[in-house]
Amino acid sequence: MPAEVDGYPGPTTGRHPLDSLWRLRHYLRPYAPEFAWLFLAGLAAVAAGIAVPLVAQRVVDGPVARQDPAGLFRLAGLALLFGLAEAVLIFIRRWVQSSSSLGIETAIRADIYAHLQRLPASFHDRWQSGQLLSRITTDLSAIRRFLSFGLLFLALNLVTYTVVVALLIRLHPMLGLVVAVSAIPLFLVARRFAQAYHAASRRMQDQQGDLATLVEETAQGLRTAKAYGRGPELAARFAVSSRALHDTAVGKGRLLADTSARLDLVPNLTLGIVLVAGAGAAAAGTLTIGELVAFVSLQLLLIWPVQGLGWIIAGGQEAATAADRIREVLDTPPAILDAPDAAAPPRAQLRGRLRFSGVSFRYPDAREPVLRDVDLTIEPGETVALVGATGSGKSTLLSLVPRLHDVTGGHITIDGYDVRHLQLATLRRLVGVAFEEPTLFSMSVWENVTLGRPDAGDEEVWAALTLAQATFAYDLPWGLATRVGEQGLSLSGGQRQRLALARTVLSRPALLLLDDPLSALDVHTEALVETALRRALPDTTTLVVVHRPATIALADRVALLEAGRITALGRHADLLATVPAYRALLAAEPGPPAGDPTPNGLVRS
Amino acid sequence: MTDGDNPGGDPRSAVPVRRPRPAQENWRGIAVDPDADRSRAEDTDPAAVARLRARSRALLRNLLHPHRRQLAVAVALLLIQNVAGMAGPYLVMLGIDRAIPPLQAGDAGPLTYIAAAFVVATVAEYAARRGFLVRSARIGQAVLLDLRRRVYRHFLRLSVTFHERYTSGRMVSRLTSDLDSIGELVGGGIDSLVLAALSILSVAAILLWLDLPLAAVTLLAFPFLFWLSRWFARTSAVAYRWTRDTIALVIVHTVESLRGIRAVQAFRREPRNQRIFTRVNDDYRRASLHAFQLIATYSPGVKLIGNVTIAAVLCYGGWRVLNGHAEVGVLAAFLLYLRRFFEPMQELSQFYNSLQSATAALEKLAGVLDERPEVPEPARPVPLPAVGRGAVTFHSVSFGYYPQSPILRGLDLDIPAGQTVALIGPTGAGKSTIAKLLARFHDPNTGAVSLGGVDLRDVADADLRQALVLVTQETHLFGGTVAENIRFGRPDADDDAVAAAAKAIGADEFITALPDGYATQVHRRGSRLSAGQRQLVAFARVFLADPAVLILDEATSSLDVPTERAVQRALATILRDRTALVIAHRLSTVEIADRVVVLESGRIVEDGPPARLVHSDGRYAALHRQWLDSLS
Repeated sequence: MPAEVDGYPGPTTGRHPLDSLWRLRHYLRPYAPEFAWLFLAGLAAVAAGIAVPLVAQRVVDGPVARQDPAGLFRLAGLALLFGLAEAVLIFIRRWVQSSSSLGIETAIRADIYAHLQRLPASFHDRWQSGQLLSRITTDLSAIRRFLSFGLLFLALNLVTYTVVVALLIRLHPMLGLVVAVSAIPLFLVARRFAQAYHAASRRMQDQQGDLATLVEETAQGLRTAKAYGRGPELAARFAVSSRALHDTAVGKGRLLADTSARLDLVPNLTLGIVLVAGAGAAAAGTLTIGELVAFVSLQLLLIWPVQGLGWIIAGGQEAATAADRIREVLDTPPAILDAPDAAAPPRAQLRGRLRFSGVSFRYPDAREPVLRDVDLTIEPGETVALVGATGSGKSTLLSLVPRLHDVTGGHITIDGYDVRHLQLATLRRLVGVAFEEPTLFSMSVWENVTLGRPDAGDEEVWAALTLAQATFAYDLPWGLATRVGEQGLSLSGGQRQRLALARTVLSRPALLLLDDPLSALDVHTEALVETALRRALPDTTTLVVVHRPATIALADRVALLEAGRITALGRHADLLATVPAYRALLAAEPGPPAGDPTPNGLVRS
Repeated sequence: MTDGDNPGGDPRSAVPVRRPRPAQENWRGIAVDPDADRSRAEDTDPAAVARLRARSRALLRNLLHPHRRQLAVAVALLLIQNVAGMAGPYLVMLGIDRAIPPLQAGDAGPLTYIAAAFVVATVAEYAARRGFLVRSARIGQAVLLDLRRRVYRHFLRLSVTFHERYTSGRMVSRLTSDLDSIGELVGGGIDSLVLAALSILSVAAILLWLDLPLAAVTLLAFPFLFWLSRWFARTSAVAYRWTRDTIALVIVHTVESLRGIRAVQAFRREPRNQRIFTRVNDDYRRASLHAFQLIATYSPGVKLIGNVTIAAVLCYGGWRVLNGHAEVGVLAAFLLYLRRFFEPMQELSQFYNSLQSATAALEKLAGVLDERPEVPEPARPVPLPAVGRGAVTFHSVSFGYYPQSPILRGLDLDIPAGQTVALIGPTGAGKSTIAKLLARFHDPNTGAVSLGGVDLRDVADADLRQALVLVTQETHLFGGTVAENIRFGRPDADDDAVAAAAKAIGADEFITALPDGYATQVHRRGSRLSAGQRQLVAFARVFLADPAVLILDEATSSLDVPTERAVQRALATILRDRTALVIAHRLSTVEIADRVVVLESGRIVEDGPPARLVHSDGRYAALHRQWLDSLS
């Protein structure tokens, strides 16, 4: 499963690696006071933590040596106080951290989702949903983890490091400088690690997205896979992808292992140098033994902040590449938006005159246009059937009206308004579409049917269901409250089509676009639906894609679409009589059992 | 629905009772299956929870088992690292005590030895740490890979019924988000567990050896630690289970809205979707917040116990020293070691937290792995006969998706090998159900379906799929090229065979017109191809698969008439000596059948060759008349 490279807009190279993360900072802003507090609490907790052993030292040197019980209890009380303070401060820090980092994560996720809903169908055609999904789950957790721990400890560790080194230099300038200079190899190791890890973590996140895509696709194609018994092949394909992810993860682990062992090595070696040089200094009498002990114990405080550095950088890089991936989505501008001066004419003003003039359309990365120079006018209340061979562009033409795609040439008008100059909400309220594939969501029947009109009343829903011959919904185990399974799969194809039709009718559109909406219905039910449609929607302008001669009875006129152009327009009977291509497409005689030879040598392989 | 057996009644009478409030609470609707949101093993009663925990532990043991040697090596490396690390400070002390006096006397020997030992210890620590980290990453990732593949394979084995109630979003959630949270545990933490346990044990021993009464005071902290940990274990297990459930809903909602984005946009569903998303997103936030707040309480709680203990030891120890019961040095050492004692506890609490989160995820996966396929592979498969493998028999088959609403009742149907049978009848008569039973997506409740005289329950899946293919109107294209999708029918077919299949079915023309011909990527679920074109690809696929039995369930519904006819011609050639079960609403498809079976409410009401049925005065004749009328 190769990653689809064409899905990623804009190069992510050439920018600073932390640029994307930095650009997410406005999500942090509402929590700035919290972050300030938790940083202070973190600092204070570190201080309190350091104070406890200092107090203990005092006890040994002071009251115990001086035989002073009162002093002992006083200092023990102080130690208790510091201990309590440390625990309380840690509690505050973590508590505040939880709510602020989760708040940020939730806000970013909601924004990505909102943006995804705004992006047009062409974006979703191009992007694999698993890649999008992994962005709002895995990538966001990486950012949250960095915000809640990495960032804080990076700051705390830097402060600790600086303070300790300053103390060391004050204690003994020469040895202190040795320790200070050890920061240079640390910095070099860290920088190299950061670069290598950046690439690895991006690769891993992309592979996680690929894997999510693969899983999602498997879930979708499960029936097909079962029907052909292709489980082993799919499992093998999954094994390859998951192996790739595994290899990347192991590589990342190796990088981290190398670096974190090296980061450990530096302070240890420095300690060795300090030991030798310090012993020399002590022997020479420029340093007391007590000072050397103090120096070494202080230096030991540096080990943890340095050791943690590897993990912090790793987390930071993961957050940075995750932010890159998120920006790739957020930076894609929604191509289909309200025009600045978009009109919102009241419904009563519109009669539903639909006009295509010189419409052409090409899919973003296709060479050939799907539609060329389509001219068609549908008068208010008229029903036009759109007929054409498989793949002639019928569904594409329909999708242009509610602006699921925008035309690439010419324009579409409704009562003189260019659809691009109508507010999207207004336009999509005017236009009702029933798709070729009825999309039902895993929700109640009610919710599915009222998709376009959440405020519909019981009577209206009942009327719509009756019209679409979908009253079976009332007989489901929980009536309209029954959750129809994923994509309504627990319903038959015909049942789903009827629910989708009820949904379209319920939205009371001025313009009805039906994309072969009755293909899964039997002749009898289809006839009932057609009669009901004609009765219920006498004023509604309708454009209907049909394959079957029977459905054409619904239409006043028929348009023949051939290779993206309208080549004939007129009444069914006239076209049948005068247009050979039309006759070939719709001639009614049933196909005789094959008389002509068909290549079949293959079948017997 | 209680009055479901009265379809003639005015459905409006049911409206007031069944009406869902369009409140957000109800948007998901009521699932027919009470287990819709989880695997069957996941139940809420304590016994089931305990059972699942035990199972997830067993799963973990099972996953780790192949790596036990490597694990032992890793632990050994960890010990070396620890010992080498401990040696550092000790050597420093040694250097100060033993090397400086000789140095003052001009003898640099001891210092050289100590410095050399120090370098050796440091290098050993470096090597052991690196070795340990690499090895633990390898083990962890191997376990993760194993688990991921196991769960994926198991999902493929589970029946269609399971997937229908579990939904794909939840499957995605299990295989991504849940595995991620186990991956987090694998990514780091094992070392803290081992090291912490190690230093706690060793330090406890040292403390006991140093001063018994003082150690007793220290050990007083343990009941509190135990109590706190038990509280955390209980509450966090519930909390993390909750986060797993809520993130699954976020994923389910996202997957569905992205998949149905056209419907979402066309019906201006965005605001309501956003509200629902905000809600599931916020549920997940609250669930996570709850879990985080538990650890935000637990971790400082451990710290608190440690600090109070230190203060108590300081006080009691100081007092003992004052009274001459203990040495000052012992107190100093005690205090130093006490720090080493409670410091790992912090890391341990962190690890415990990741463990709880991973365990919740592991429980979900264990629940899935525990799910038995409702359509199991036979233990002792019976091979299909070489001759007559196309004979299909339904013997008094009864079936219903829910026990309260049977769809087929005692159906008997005998299709000799090579016969093409058209199955017709009104929507909901049970046509697709027969197709699914024959394709063994489900097993009948009673009775048997057999192929070539062998009960389907005794046929190995690979044999069955080679002999029989079901094509429905939902044609799924997998990511990859058009050629790969056709080859799905027979993975070992070469390019020529693929092209020949496409040509035979009449798909060649549109495929060669695609930008890259057969190598064109179909992208996301083939949204670039029209529904009709996808059906053509599906037909090329089945042509290539060349099964003995073919089931077509509305498989030509999206084709225009000439294309459908081309497909039919190609099919007629295939079907001539194949068994076929064809379900179609268009009677044109029925014309190629040898025999027509009319189905009504799960029963066969007419059965015979189409020529005879047309002239009888039955339902088929009526349908046929209706159809002819519709054509004119």
